[in-house]
Amino acid sequence: MIRYFGRRLFHAVLVLFGVSLLMFLVQQAAPGDFLSEMRLNPQISPQALHTLRAQYGLDQPLPLRYAHWLSFVARGEFGYSFAYDMPASKLLWPRARNTLLLTVPALLISWLIAVPLGVLAAAQRGTWLGRLFSGGTSFLLAVPDVLLALLALMIALRTGLFPVGGMRSADPSHGRLADLAWHMVLPVGTLVLGSLPVILRHVRAAVSETLSSCYVRAAEGHGLRQLPLLFRHALPAAANPLISLFGISIAFLLSVSLLVETVMSWPGMGPLLLESILARDLFVVLGATMLSTLFPLAGNLIADVLLYGFDPRIRMEP
Amino acid sequence: MRQRHVFSWAAWFLVTVNAAALLAGFVAPYNYETQDRLRPYAPPTRLHLVDCEGKFHFWPFVYMTRPGGESLTEYQEDCGQRFPVRFFLSGDGYTVLGLFSGHRHLFGVDLPARMYLLGGDGLGRDQFSRMLYGAQVSLFAGALAALLAMMGGLLVGSIAGVYGGAIDDLCMRVTEVIIAVPPFYVLLAVRAFLPLQVSAPVMFLEIVAVLGFVAWGRPARLVRGVVLGARERSFVLAAQGFGASRAYLLRRHLMPLAMNAALTQMAVSIPQIILGEVVISFLGLGMSEPVPSWGNMLAQAQQYHVLTAHWWMLLPALALVPVTLAYQALADVLGSRLQSRI
Repeated sequence: MIRYFGRRLFHAVLVLFGVSLLMFLVQQAAPGDFLSEMRLNPQISPQALHTLRAQYGLDQPLPLRYAHWLSFVARGEFGYSFAYDMPASKLLWPRARNTLLLTVPALLISWLIAVPLGVLAAAQRGTWLGRLFSGGTSFLLAVPDVLLALLALMIALRTGLFPVGGMRSADPSHGRLADLAWHMVLPVGTLVLGSLPVILRHVRAAVSETLSSCYVRAAEGHGLRQLPLLFRHALPAAANPLISLFGISIAFLLSVSLLVETVMSWPGMGPLLLESILARDLFVVLGATMLSTLFPLAGNLIADVLLYGFDPRIRMEP
Repeated sequence: MRQRHVFSWAAWFLVTVNAAALLAGFVAPYNYETQDRLRPYAPPTRLHLVDCEGKFHFWPFVYMTRPGGESLTEYQEDCGQRFPVRFFLSGDGYTVLGLFSGHRHLFGVDLPARMYLLGGDGLGRDQFSRMLYGAQVSLFAGALAALLAMMGGLLVGSIAGVYGGAIDDLCMRVTEVIIAVPPFYVLLAVRAFLPLQVSAPVMFLEIVAVLGFVAWGRPARLVRGVVLGARERSFVLAAQGFGASRAYLLRRHLMPLAMNAALTQMAVSIPQIILGEVVISFLGLGMSEPVPSWGNMLAQAQQYHVLTAHWWMLLPALALVPVTLAYQALADVLGSRLQSRI
């Protein structure tokens, strides 16, 4: 068991390492850096620029810079933000927390809705209800996330029931937690609506497959009632591909969250990434990308633990 | 045969939309830059058959609008003069594909009236014309990037599948890295390191390159899987037994199978990649004004007053829905054909 998890963990670290290497190589191809805008400013002397470059370590060769940066990351930091003049990790962690504040509830809600609904839809396959259902998910799947986010904003503006953006009001009237929850409703709702059809489709497909297997038919023939049959017997057998989807669904949610955060001005990682890209704030871009990879990988590890508990075939693996 | 029906509908729809985008200069009544500063956010022009006096006409016509009402963007129709809809009339100059230039447009009305089928934006530019020109960026960048990603995926996937061993390991680790990062994050991060202020054609190529680079991971894994599966099949083993080289096996037996899988994957991924372009431009890192793309057109809809009062500014996002549905239908049919063949 320890070997199994050790291997999964090593794999996750390897992927993170690969992402950092890739981002470093790509940024090497970039023209200019944070200081290149200053070069156009006649008030800053070339000597001053040179010292600044040396101070930030921008004059060193790439492998050295990478090694230096890696040593930072190993200590849990992400380098230095040029634009904010502070350690990048101090900037990134609070933003990451805010992003998780949206994605984790959205993740739980969409799975809690998707699993029962998907199972029931699989049972209705072939009937008009099932067809209506698959048509509905296809349609929702085709609605772009940008539109969902803009429509949510439109609802907030038109009805005035929900705040139009941000995370907290200046003077919360019902306590801070309630205020936060009130601000979370629309962004989380948008995220759920965006991720639900994807998860639903997978649940339906996985359960449909087990429903056509012999043991389910046998159980049906023995006169088992439908609900226990679906949830006690068919769902666990279909769980394997779904648990693997868990990590991927986190990546997907983070991706949509970037958009929702930007549209609804939620102070998460998305707006920060956008800002740092425009400012050419290299280490913040790198840090945000790394963090955004870290969360799905962590989700994958959780999924591995679940899978280990759920699926005896994996326990038999050497 | 219902499936064939869906397939032909989807295919015809996509062909029509793409052809209209390609011939945007001719189909669109105005240039994407043509402004009417006196009429910001003009609502969609109404086509009439019955005039203000209640008289019926056999040919559709429009009325000119003039600002009226309380706010600046409320308009009233001016019943003084009718402007019949005309076909093949002369207007703004344009070039199609950089080869043909012309000034005839498919339809329109005589100046000073304007016909804004889908309304106008804040600078008084025709939303319909801009959406057609924008489709040139959004749809074509998506399709080209998907093609690029498919070719990259075919190359990496088949190499990994055929050679196996350490090469396979290396290829798969690299694809995992690309897939591990949430799509929009990797898209923006890679975009971050390419120049931002460039001319429109260069920007188009940049966007295609970034989207293609981000999207080749999934087709690569898929192709590798297909190739690995096919290598065990008897006709491949037989060919191998007769002394066929790896290159021959790949070309004659493995590639056709992999190609089918990759094409299906491409149909699945095109709408996602189009959405990628829309998002990049929406966030201000893609195509920049005045050249339209569905993304930077939507960026205007982020302003609160636009979102509440001028619904037609959301149309570029709505247009993504039928396009996505059509590609999905295409992918479904291709996928089930693939299933029956393997």
